[in-house]
Amino acid sequence: VCPGDTSVLAGVYGPAEAKISKELPDRAALEVLLRPKVGLPGVLERSREQLLRQTCEAVVLGVLHPRTAVSLVLQVLSDAGSLLSCCLNAACMALLDAGLPLTALFCGVTCTLQPDGAILLDPTARQEQEARATLTFAIASTGRKVLMSTTKGSCSVEEMQHCLATAQRAADTIFQFYRDSVSRRYSK
Amino acid sequence: GGAYWVDSQQKRYVPVKGDHVIGIVTAKAGDVFRLDVGGSEPASLSYLAFEGATKRNRPNVQVGDLIYGQFVVANKDMEPEMVCIDSSGKSSGMGIIGQDGFLFKVSLGLIRKLLAPKCEIIQELSQLYPFELVLGMNGRIWVKAKTVQQTLIIVNILEACEYMTAEQRKQALAKLSGN
Repeated sequence: VCPGDTSVLAGVYGPAEAKISKELPDRAALEVLLRPKVGLPGVLERSREQLLRQTCEAVVLGVLHPRTAVSLVLQVLSDAGSLLSCCLNAACMALLDAGLPLTALFCGVTCTLQPDGAILLDPTARQEQEARATLTFAIASTGRKVLMSTTKGSCSVEEMQHCLATAQRAADTIFQFYRDSVSRRYSK
Repeated sequence: GGAYWVDSQQKRYVPVKGDHVIGIVTAKAGDVFRLDVGGSEPASLSYLAFEGATKRNRPNVQVGDLIYGQFVVANKDMEPEMVCIDSSGKSSGMGIIGQDGFLFKVSLGLIRKLLAPKCEIIQELSQLYPFELVLGMNGRIWVKAKTVQQTLIIVNILEACEYMTAEQRKQALAKLSGN
């Protein structure tokens, strides 16, 4: 999945046999691995992995596959801004493609609050750096509910609500993209 | 009212009761064989679950053998169990699959297409060469034809059927039967 120049490769493996230490008795154990383009995964990757894991756990019907493990592996191919929302989109499409049972689809939208008060969606790396605050939302397809939100920087409550509304509108475009990709893949 | 059957393309198999699958024997643990069926856990198969098997007359199963059987227990909470006899005690085609032949994996959607009654792909292939075919609902197919080359040709066509349209398949088969 690549908005602009950011691209992430995602793969889903499972439901597969889980290690005894990791298996949960009533649901599937979801594991996310995020590999950066260069270097070893660090603390930032770990925190992103946890965010992705919590979002995915909210949509994947783990109770249908107890004592199994589902692994989601993401490899960053290039990063030009909005990396987390790109990872979210890639993760959702990978889960769709693998045929895992999901309660809803989700998409990631990043928006930044510029110093002059403007709201920018899908910012480039430069715009992210200049911004006063960067917010990333994971939005579900059912009722455009918010599954996850993370903020870097400071903003007021009204500004956050405003960003959220903008992100929810942008989510429509992304879900349409999912539909087009899936129909293209299976139309042969 | 009415129920919808939603079919989605998958490569990962989830055991379902009553499904006929091809399993690979990975271990013999006392009276029970462990089979890899491509799911999240290995399935178990008792040595008595073959036609005509008794405690004195054990079936000759080695590690690495292929078995065609069906699931009697397959739910999300328990380890799947397989048998090679049906409800009346007859084997009806199940059991150890013979030597030679070739086992390969395809997606579940293709298996369902091949198992449909009067499948065109199988009819067209049977006009090409005679061959033996075992289809497992877990995405595994075992093929055996008279020579290794014929077997490999059939394997390649079946694998390609996933993405070929009917037209392309007919063209490919016409080219092969012309040779």
